[in-house]
Amino acid sequence: MCDSPSLLQGLGYNGAPASSRNPMLQARQIECTRGSRRLFHDLSFRLEAKQALRVGGENGSGKTSLLRMVAGLSPVEAGGIFWNDGRIAALGEDYRRGLVFIGHANGLKDDLTPIENLRCALALAGMDIGNAALRKGLDEQGLGVVADLPARLLSQGQKRRVALSRLAFCADKPLWVLDEPFAALDAASVERIGAVVAGHLRGGGMVIFTTHQEVGLAGVNVRSLELGVR
Amino acid sequence: MAATAGAACRAVVARDLLIAARRRSDVLTTFFFFVIVVSLFPLGVGPEPGTLREIAPGVVWVAALLAAMLSLARMFGADYADGTLEQLVLTPQPLTLLVLSKVLAHWLTTGLPLVLVAPVLGLQFDLPGDALATLLVSLLIGTPALSLIGAVGAALTLGVRGGGALTSLLVLPLYVPVLVFGAGAVTASATGMGVAGHLSLLGAMSLTALVLAPWAISVALRIALE
Repeated sequence: MCDSPSLLQGLGYNGAPASSRNPMLQARQIECTRGSRRLFHDLSFRLEAKQALRVGGENGSGKTSLLRMVAGLSPVEAGGIFWNDGRIAALGEDYRRGLVFIGHANGLKDDLTPIENLRCALALAGMDIGNAALRKGLDEQGLGVVADLPARLLSQGQKRRVALSRLAFCADKPLWVLDEPFAALDAASVERIGAVVAGHLRGGGMVIFTTHQEVGLAGVNVRSLELGVR
Repeated sequence: MAATAGAACRAVVARDLLIAARRRSDVLTTFFFFVIVVSLFPLGVGPEPGTLREIAPGVVWVAALLAAMLSLARMFGADYADGTLEQLVLTPQPLTLLVLSKVLAHWLTTGLPLVLVAPVLGLQFDLPGDALATLLVSLLIGTPALSLIGAVGAALTLGVRGGGALTSLLVLPLYVPVLVFGAGAVTASATGMGVAGHLSLLGAMSLTALVLAPWAISVALRIALE
């Protein structure tokens, strides 16, 4: 199913244990079925600091399913996903402490302003960020003018950008899992978010993302994984 | 770690209360539903004080049950649809504490107003002062159980088509003990008997729900999100 043999290095991997300073994510022979359809099987990959994995494939090939498994939302049907050699399901909160997941849904409350939404999302992640810093973060994403409007008045693209502006505050969380981060964004926003992602990678982070667009992530190590080939 | 868990719980309560303040219609609907249903009975049954005193405890408690039901769909439904529930599950805090915070916010916006207005409504039924006080106390002790048990039902039916009716079928039978002892306490008080036994059992139910429900809700939410 996976046509990138270079990524199949997780098979039988028993290398040196990774220290927490050098985090590593590994999927070992995982598979995913939806109803009677097997979306992928025997899928293995490994991701280390400063590496990004771009998951590609047509609609319905299991990209979102894979990302939800990596985030720990969906159970892994076979094989396992490991963070520093511990199963993510067993690590639980310790794994989630270093994880940022932005899925298809933006996770914004329509009745709250972008600032209130961000403050709450970050408080849940264990960060107490003041309003001034949040406003600055939104300004940097070009969202300063809508910072105090209820989110329901924002356009699709603006909502997406508000959800993604959380990333700028999450630099110390090593693993970012982003499902279609660039969908519905204009070219300038794609560039800005791309810069945040590239900065995270240069700072030692890891990113798994799906996209149908060509995104220039200059100077960083992006590998690709195609699902549903054949 | 305890500090950040506390901060996260406070953030959940603050967010839900802020949303309730911005969408007052949701809160007011439940409140006025309760007021109107309770007020319909004296009009329908007629102004016979003896009859009214007799049916008052049951009427107020059944109306409280139905009002609690009415608000259950809101508890996780919107969060599920807009993706905030997904984020809640993925936070590095114990999910049981976070859902407990959500239930607390739900109780503060739907349960507590009912508790406070119930004695006023009790006057329509010519309840004596002691019974009005018992009504307030029994609702204060019992409504948290309604929110907690209701949240389990709401979480179990999350994402199910026609979930609202299914929630009622799941939850209403579980409300029966709370109804029996809640209304029983008020009846006992109105007829001059001791209420300590009823209230103790009501308290025991709320405490049991407090221990078991967050765990059940967390499991149900994780399954709903798979």
